Amino acid sequence: MIERDVVIIGAGPAGLACAVKLKEIGVSDVLLVEREKKLGGILNQCIHDGFGLHNFKESLTGPEYIERYVERLKKFNIDVLSDTMVVNLFQDKSMILSGPWGRERIRAKAIVLAMGCRERTAGAIGLAGSRPAGIYTAGVAQRLMNIDNYMVGNEVVILGSGDVGLIMARRLTLEGARVLMVLEKLPYSSGLPRNIVQCLEDYGIPLYLKTTVTKVYGKARVEGVEYVSLDDDGKPIPGSERFVKCDTLLLSVGLIPENELSREAGVEIHPITGGPIVNDTYQTNIDGVFAAGNVLHVHDLADWASMEGELVAEFAKRYLEGELSKAKRWIDVKAGKGIRYVLPHKISGERDVNFLFRVDSPYKNRYIIVRDKDRVIKKRRVINLHPAVMENINVKSEEMKGIESLEVMVE
Amino acid sequence: MFDVGIVGGGAVGSAIAYELSRFRLKIAVFEKEPDVCFGASGRNSGVLHAGFYYRPGSLKAKLCVEGNKKMREWFKLLKVPFKATGKVLLAFDEDEVKELYKLKEIGDANGVEGLEVIRGRDKVNQICPGAGEAIACLYSPMTGIFSSYLLTIALAETAHQNGVKYFLNCKIVDVRKENGTFKLKDQRGERYECRWLINSAGVYSAEFSKIVGVNGYKIYPCRGEYLLLDKALAPLLKMPIYPVPSKEVGGALGVHITPTVEGPILIGPSAEYIDDPEGYESTPEIMNKLFEEGYKLWPYFKKSDVIRSFSGIRAKPVPPGEKSFFDFVIKEEESIPNFINLVGIESPGLTSAPAIARMVREIIERKEKLLIKEDFEPRYLRGERFEELSEEEKERRAKEDPKWGEIICRCEKITKREIIEAIENPLSAKTLASIKYRARAMMGRCQGGYCMPKIIEILEREFGYKPEDFQLHKEGSWLFSGRMRKDD
Repeated sequence: MIERDVVIIGAGPAGLACAVKLKEIGVSDVLLVEREKKLGGILNQCIHDGFGLHNFKESLTGPEYIERYVERLKKFNIDVLSDTMVVNLFQDKSMILSGPWGRERIRAKAIVLAMGCRERTAGAIGLAGSRPAGIYTAGVAQRLMNIDNYMVGNEVVILGSGDVGLIMARRLTLEGARVLMVLEKLPYSSGLPRNIVQCLEDYGIPLYLKTTVTKVYGKARVEGVEYVSLDDDGKPIPGSERFVKCDTLLLSVGLIPENELSREAGVEIHPITGGPIVNDTYQTNIDGVFAAGNVLHVHDLADWASMEGELVAEFAKRYLEGELSKAKRWIDVKAGKGIRYVLPHKISGERDVNFLFRVDSPYKNRYIIVRDKDRVIKKRRVINLHPAVMENINVKSEEMKGIESLEVMVE
Repeated sequence: MFDVGIVGGGAVGSAIAYELSRFRLKIAVFEKEPDVCFGASGRNSGVLHAGFYYRPGSLKAKLCVEGNKKMREWFKLLKVPFKATGKVLLAFDEDEVKELYKLKEIGDANGVEGLEVIRGRDKVNQICPGAGEAIACLYSPMTGIFSSYLLTIALAETAHQNGVKYFLNCKIVDVRKENGTFKLKDQRGERYECRWLINSAGVYSAEFSKIVGVNGYKIYPCRGEYLLLDKALAPLLKMPIYPVPSKEVGGALGVHITPTVEGPILIGPSAEYIDDPEGYESTPEIMNKLFEEGYKLWPYFKKSDVIRSFSGIRAKPVPPGEKSFFDFVIKEEESIPNFINLVGIESPGLTSAPAIARMVREIIERKEKLLIKEDFEPRYLRGERFEELSEEEKERRAKEDPKWGEIICRCEKITKREIIEAIENPLSAKTLASIKYRARAMMGRCQGGYCMPKIIEILEREFGYKPEDFQLHKEGSWLFSGRMRKDD
């Protein structure tokens, strides 16, 4: 069986950045496996701009952003196996690859999971009514339109205000469809504030908060949907049902890290993030298996996913060199008041950590506090906190000296 | 002129076609949908019933027990995935235990093998891990699970391979009998002729009977909703778990929890009488109810495990509110010779299909001698599952043909070769659902999010589909309103 030093599964923004970084820091035996013919993952269908503001200090489209990495990839002559799917992943870090070229089992010393995420479907949210054609998840519609050149419908209602849904509201409008409304069951948008402005407000598309679809009409093709207002507990308000005629329903109701392979290999998955449980070296419960990007937790920006890939490259290198010493003990990081999740899930206290987290609802003028029981380790004032935005707070190892527990919270 | 015309290409209609294709007969099947498993045959629990629910001596009892045996032969010949799981009915109090004994008595009288009432929580949990607080169960070793839509497809395609003609998108709207010949007309005005006419129109059987000229039957559509749970839970459930039958709707077996041969777990079906014979809807009330009732029987899942909801419609001869037993109607109508009526074929119609087909054949044989066709091929020559091969064999094939190496459906690991085989099906069924049912793509946890665009690409590049050619399931279920930009 062929053995490679590092195999990266998935060549999206995280996997690509990881591969390039590994080469930059001198790891020579790297294999990047990608199931599509083209590298870049979902960014290939993201033809809008706004990528790279942090990593390249300019606003790029998805394909342009990917091109930056692919150029470097070529320069370093990195081994790429595209059009190849990892169909099985095993605990001993071996895996079965399959593609038009054939099928083979290989093994890796270190693996970087970078498979990204998938969309939550109509079935998963218990969408009521019939099952006609014309119900698409926003990402599928985006691919069908931008890559495959198909128009998915004419009169569109969008359920859920995730970023892909917002982007598609604008895209469909520019292509001549009528986007009638965006419905969001929460009292706030799940998408980034900038996308609300640029994709809805600029085009006069209404966003109805605390509203959801209760029934889909149409046997063959969508003929309309019934929607209702929700009370503070998220229950439908009787009598608020309204009907809107449409031929298409787009769903933008959440992304789920794609961890079927990870599970198969025995990687422990976190119940909130849906991604692997990792320590402060981004290593999972399996030695030498790392995770980066949306497979670990759903990011708000591709830039952060790439940065995570680069960070993991450093840890993978040290792992290969045997320098990633086992921690004396692991301290569980607690998501305290106001925090939905915080990453990494376990820390040694021996190295600096940039904690990544999301809040559970919008807050104004609060403090982010990192503490060990009553001892405040770090405190930072924040004016605006929004669940759609990933936040971070840096803590140095000196600051964590002697800690027994660690909690991140909003106050 | 056909010897036999069968109206309805579902599991029962196609079973009859398959059975009769052994003989030198010209046979036609008329199916109003674009494929053969869009009605009840593709929308049910996929359970091979043992036959202990039905009144001794009834057709339901006899044909179910006979079908249960015969079906096992068919599964082998037709490559239909089947698991002999057995099943349990759980009792949670002494009244329910009494019901178990009653059912066992009925089953014994019907000739069902191996029924056993097992008492004591520990023993119940030994037979069926996860049975929880149940104090007794009726264990039925003859019950199993299978893929009902693959059965229907394999029956239809094998019948087709043996010369049966399938007319899809063909709804017979007018029938006349002249000089011993049935003259049929479809919705487009096309005409067909046959000497024997068989009504296996399922939920439309009463209506079709009337078209032929036999009034007096009535079918009450009764919807059953289901929830489908992620297959990751499959290792936790060994066999179908049923409650003691509900007394609310006559003949309904109650909400149960069932493993499927594909992996995902089914909860359902509910039972609501509705007006629309095709009102395939999921409703918030019932979805909640299924979740709660399913949880009572088997508390090992959570809301986020639900990957899909769907519903099927039973062809119930029992009117709402009525509790008495209604049997299958399977007979040649005296008033119209050579017209064989099948009405009220609800559960256990699927299990009984081979026996129903045998009965129909015998009705014909009472009047004419059927001659065996020497070159009849009983085996289904398609439908191999790549994922079920050994790893060595998979590697060998992937070298042999790039289409075996290219994985199109990530969740179910379906290869491009299997997708193409499904597209090139002998019935020429052209919808995306036809590919889904045959190849099992677009059925997993991502519900086609990954593979649907890839399948569309194959249809466009290798089969020349235009935007307007793409259809999800029913006629009119268009996917695309056109191109975004001019074709490049």
